[in-house]
Amino acid sequence: MNRPSLSPSLLSPRSLHRRLGTTGLVYAALVVILAVSAVLVSARGASLFTTANTVDLLTRSSLLGFLAVGMTLVILCRSLDLSVGYVAALSTVVAATVMAGDPGRMLLGVGSALGVCALVGLANGLVVTKLRVNPFIATLGMGLVVKGYLDTNFQGPAGEIPAAFQTLGYARLGLLPVSTVVMLVLAVAAVWMLARTRLGHHMYAVGGDAEVARLSGVRVATPVVTAHVLCSVLAGVAGLLLAARFGTGNALVYDSGYELEAIAAVVLGGTYLLGGRGGVAGTIAGVLILATLDTVFNVLAVDPFVKDVLRGTIVIAAVALYARGQSSRAAVRVRFPSGGPPPPEAAPDPPGGGGPRDPEPAVGGAR
Amino acid sequence: MSTDRTGPKHAGPRRGPWSFLSGGTGTVALLLVVVFAVIATQNPSFFEGPPLMSFARMAAPLVLLAVGQYFVIVSGEFDLSVGSLVGAQVVVAARLIDGDEAMTLPVMGLMVAFGLVVGLFNGLVTTVLKVPSIITTLGTMLILFGAVRYWTGGAPTGALSESFRLPGRGGIEGVPYLGQLPYALIIAAVAAAAAVWLMRSPYGRCLMAVGDNDVAAAFSGVRVWRVRTAAFVLSGLMASVAAVLIGGFSGVTAQVGEGLEFTAITAVVLGGVLLGGGRGTVVAAVLGALSLEALFTLFTQLYLPATIQPTVQGLIIIAAVAYASRRGDLRLPERLRRRTGPPTERPLGTSRR
Repeated sequence: MNRPSLSPSLLSPRSLHRRLGTTGLVYAALVVILAVSAVLVSARGASLFTTANTVDLLTRSSLLGFLAVGMTLVILCRSLDLSVGYVAALSTVVAATVMAGDPGRMLLGVGSALGVCALVGLANGLVVTKLRVNPFIATLGMGLVVKGYLDTNFQGPAGEIPAAFQTLGYARLGLLPVSTVVMLVLAVAAVWMLARTRLGHHMYAVGGDAEVARLSGVRVATPVVTAHVLCSVLAGVAGLLLAARFGTGNALVYDSGYELEAIAAVVLGGTYLLGGRGGVAGTIAGVLILATLDTVFNVLAVDPFVKDVLRGTIVIAAVALYARGQSSRAAVRVRFPSGGPPPPEAAPDPPGGGGPRDPEPAVGGAR
Repeated sequence: MSTDRTGPKHAGPRRGPWSFLSGGTGTVALLLVVVFAVIATQNPSFFEGPPLMSFARMAAPLVLLAVGQYFVIVSGEFDLSVGSLVGAQVVVAARLIDGDEAMTLPVMGLMVAFGLVVGLFNGLVTTVLKVPSIITTLGTMLILFGAVRYWTGGAPTGALSESFRLPGRGGIEGVPYLGQLPYALIIAAVAAAAAVWLMRSPYGRCLMAVGDNDVAAAFSGVRVWRVRTAAFVLSGLMASVAAVLIGGFSGVTAQVGEGLEFTAITAVVLGGVLLGGGRGTVVAAVLGALSLEALFTLFTQLYLPATIQPTVQGLIIIAAVAYASRRGDLRLPERLRRRTGPPTERPLGTSRR
């Protein structure tokens, strides 16, 4: 993820970016946002780093973190998953109805919820790889299928989560909520998987160029299907967390727009929407940035509608800042290796850098 | 309605007269025919004038949005902001007009200008600032959503004037057989025809080239950023016109436009237009929009419970796109694009693995 810069001594304007790498830049942005927020909050006579606020920030980040880590894996494979919100809702309902308030059935509930989610992910992955349906449409369609099932069978809250499981949603180790610890452990596992295992390397290879990966002997479908299954299971974990907080299964969770927020966190974390570049570490920073914004808006009691405006503006601005650094990078995939730079009058901004940047998460996959 | 739009597609692919059946346009035309046939078995009077015209009136906004989305998608980008934009336009129009007939035309002008500005913003941020368009338009979506609700205090206020609602509701009376020819149909037909013409103009060729391979297009002298920005502006324009129709047809609620961006993208992709750009025709996108709207009509006629409709819709779009990509030729440009050596082409239709 921390791509070493190729020519560190050359040129200055983007030297910060070159020295830090994308992930470093994201963490720098996180620190800046935290600092600015702390100043803003203290200007109002409050403190950002009280126990309540910190716990609030970390709790928010754990929910989004589960979704975003899974989304990172899928996006790295040059796919996309728009069904995570629906899968999370499905998970809350399955867990709550299976547990039905009985502490003895907790494991069964967790297992069946995650199992159902894994099946949805498997279906997503197979539709994308075997039927060669565009991931955007495949997962949007799968989300609609799940939505129809939920709407038909669960009009209101369903099932009951036993008290023992509910405490998991609120329990803390010192300042750290248990859910955040679980999220971080899973994130570290994902980082390890991407950096150390064959599967992880294949994910980068397939995301970078499925055709080249195939010619190099990678079974292109395997990493993509695995990423989709993992993504859905992680969405299921997010659903379990929601269920533990609500104390019941709630199908309407899908209305919260989690999928787009997760994609925003992934892109904010410096992962490339076209696949093959980026990583989970950056995503965690992206998640923390979004969670910080939410917490600060809450502390400052910003109007919820203005909150949306600010969030939209900040996400665009942040990604624009990264893109400035990225556009000059030597690691950009070149489609015309021998062609040299394109004619200067072609565009005021060098399209050589813009080439692989355009967000077509859909085209690739493992076809 | 479906037949009068099938003309241009024969000219699109430069292949045999029947090969179009294997492409996206053929698939979606087939889907439309099948859905219409099922509707006809349920409700034989559907193809008499008035019911068909009311279908056309309902489908017109989606056709406009699909055409706008088509420009953006074929250039290799996304526009997720159109749903929010339509909602914002309708709510703003209601508040500004507030039942005053004299305000109708100025407000319509303002809406078009607003749509153009939003499109220009999306386009410039995407091309000049190099923000992925999915993020740009997601941000615009959030901004519009929040800003309009903040401005109106959460619930839409005001009312639309009668003349504002005319394009969405009214029509030319006394047309033989059809009864009333809705203005919405005329507007959508004109927009679709203009889009077909535009895609055959130099601009359209550039747009297609940019979507297929922007570096190659830049080498050939296309100003990539200008072409893409114009596509976003066109999408904003189409969304504004659609907002006038939707506002006129269904009135002002806080939910206007919700989810329309995904419906529009679904319609375009249903037409076999490749997400990622460079492939697909306007006609196919229009047919996709009509098919989707026909499906919704069919659901209503079958008395499907509203809650199960998403499931059926999801299964159908997956099946349709899966069927289209089985034909193999949809994948062709991507394969060619990634090949660096001499193009040793695999025969069409053979599996990639």
